Amino acid sequence: MAAVATDPRPAQVRATAVDSRYRRGAGRWLVLAAAVLVGLAVLAPFGIMLLNAFKSPQDYAANGPLSWPSSLYLDGVVAFWERTDFPVKLWNSVFISALVAVGGALLSLLNAYAIGIGRVKGRLWIIALFLLANMLPQEALIYPLFTMAQSVGLSNSQWSVIIIFTVIQSAFGTYLLSSVLGTFPPALLEAAALDGASRWRILWQVVFPIVRPTLSVLMIFFFIWTWNEFFIPLVMLTSNDTQTIPIALASLQGDRMMDAPTINAGSLVSLVPAVIFFLIFQRTLTRGVTAGAVK
Amino acid sequence: MADTALTERRSRADTRPRASRGTRRRRPQWVGYLSYLLPGAVAFGVVIGYPLLTNVYFSLFKWRGGMAPLRWNGLGNYVDLLGDDKFWTSFGNSLAMIVAMVLVPTLLGLVLAAVLFDYLGRRFGERVSSVLRATYYLPQILPVAVAGVLWNWILNSQTGALNVILRGIGVETPPNWLGDPSTALPSVMLVLIWVQMGYPVVIFMAALQRVDPELYEAAELDGAGWWDRFRAITVPQIRPETFVVTLTCTVAALKVFGPIYVLTRGGPESSTLVPSYYSYLNFFDKSQVGYGSAIATVLTLVIVAVALIILGLQNRAERREREGI
Repeated sequence: MAAVATDPRPAQVRATAVDSRYRRGAGRWLVLAAAVLVGLAVLAPFGIMLLNAFKSPQDYAANGPLSWPSSLYLDGVVAFWERTDFPVKLWNSVFISALVAVGGALLSLLNAYAIGIGRVKGRLWIIALFLLANMLPQEALIYPLFTMAQSVGLSNSQWSVIIIFTVIQSAFGTYLLSSVLGTFPPALLEAAALDGASRWRILWQVVFPIVRPTLSVLMIFFFIWTWNEFFIPLVMLTSNDTQTIPIALASLQGDRMMDAPTINAGSLVSLVPAVIFFLIFQRTLTRGVTAGAVK
Repeated sequence: MADTALTERRSRADTRPRASRGTRRRRPQWVGYLSYLLPGAVAFGVVIGYPLLTNVYFSLFKWRGGMAPLRWNGLGNYVDLLGDDKFWTSFGNSLAMIVAMVLVPTLLGLVLAAVLFDYLGRRFGERVSSVLRATYYLPQILPVAVAGVLWNWILNSQTGALNVILRGIGVETPPNWLGDPSTALPSVMLVLIWVQMGYPVVIFMAALQRVDPELYEAAELDGAGWWDRFRAITVPQIRPETFVVTLTCTVAALKVFGPIYVLTRGGPESSTLVPSYYSYLNFFDKSQVGYGSAIATVLTLVIVAVALIILGLQNRAERREREGI
């Protein structure tokens, strides 16, 4: 504000302001048009996907990607559904993501309870370690994890993926929850301690109910992040019956049978669960995105 | 914390018979909470600490993986890296990833967020700006592999939507977007900008909500135009969020794997090779586990160094701001 007030060219600034007020009628529509155009550019691939998911290969060859399908063609969806055995993939994705969401939130809560409320010694270093863990490239862990999973009989097992992501996701969760719990009202804790509640009871009967909204945001994050993960599931889950949706879709790539409608139908079917999930939790999520941004 | 330690020392020096409460205080409060860290500590040790160190250990050997013998190579793998063109190409491409995932989205995001919040939001209502925001954010929610598969088809030289359209409007030989070394990297960068752009927009718009609206009103009364307000209010006010976005996106750009795997597999002719994909290739395709581990180790060091630099810059900016006030 100070910079504006002490602007050395007040006359000029005022002149442009008058100008802009003068042009406001037309100008604002131009700005709106530009913003809408950017939005359309973002939406274009989705639109093309929708148009071509239900179009027969002959129709596509004759009329191209921008035409309205001449008839509703469902073979693409059916082909993708059957070739990937989609219900199995869907269940695998849900199973892995849900367990990671719950497990990750639980582990984050325990860590954050010790760091944010217990204020254990050296907590800044502990948090720094968690942040570091969050930044590591998965490539620097994958080969040892791969051999470890083999040696304990968890190769090609979803449990290896669940355990790994529970820990990786809770690195972020611990960081976020620790700063939330660091500001927890001490009066509540003291009152509970005076009543003779143990630490364990304070955690579940005082702290947990109050941070439940934050925990649910974390769980949504963990679910979506795990759902979208690619690298570790690609390496760890090697057979058809254990793979997740993104891996199944990617492994169909380059397949000669993958014509335009199958690719588009596959992409569409694969992103539907994520979109549904997003729409259900949109409000919680936007709050959560914000929470992540506050240092 | 220091306080507790002090009282504790004093109570130990105390010779008076301790009340039952005093005995409980013999250990500082926080020690009782250590057991809550135990599951986390074990899990992190097993899933992150041990594998990370093992990876460094592997990088000192020549190893074809599996049951093959490990042959000591010292720092040989790292020396080989220095003379490996592909290694340098992959890190050079990381710079392109930073342009596509950090620089362009952050700048675009700043302008778009400010336009939505400070201009369109006020002239056309909150609804318009929140619908546009949701639109920009849409690519962020879909699995990156799905986005890659979709774009891989759109950009396909023969059957892809883009080239079919181009041929339809009379372009005889449209470019082979992902198959030509000169266009592959820019194409991948465009896809990544498309994926990434919504993230800064959402964060910056949320950040703008905590800026005091009076600042804008006062500036407007003083006759400041949109650009003046953007420069003098918006950008400095949301600097903390800009740092967070820069940090998280830079780390993500250095780690990028999924889009490269589904779009180009690092090709053609390594023109889109990135370090993570290069190490993956060595691990699981070329069976050069030691070499792959060395690449992953270097990548780790680069990421940590870059993150520390960004955090350092942030600290310095904050300190300067505090001294300025």
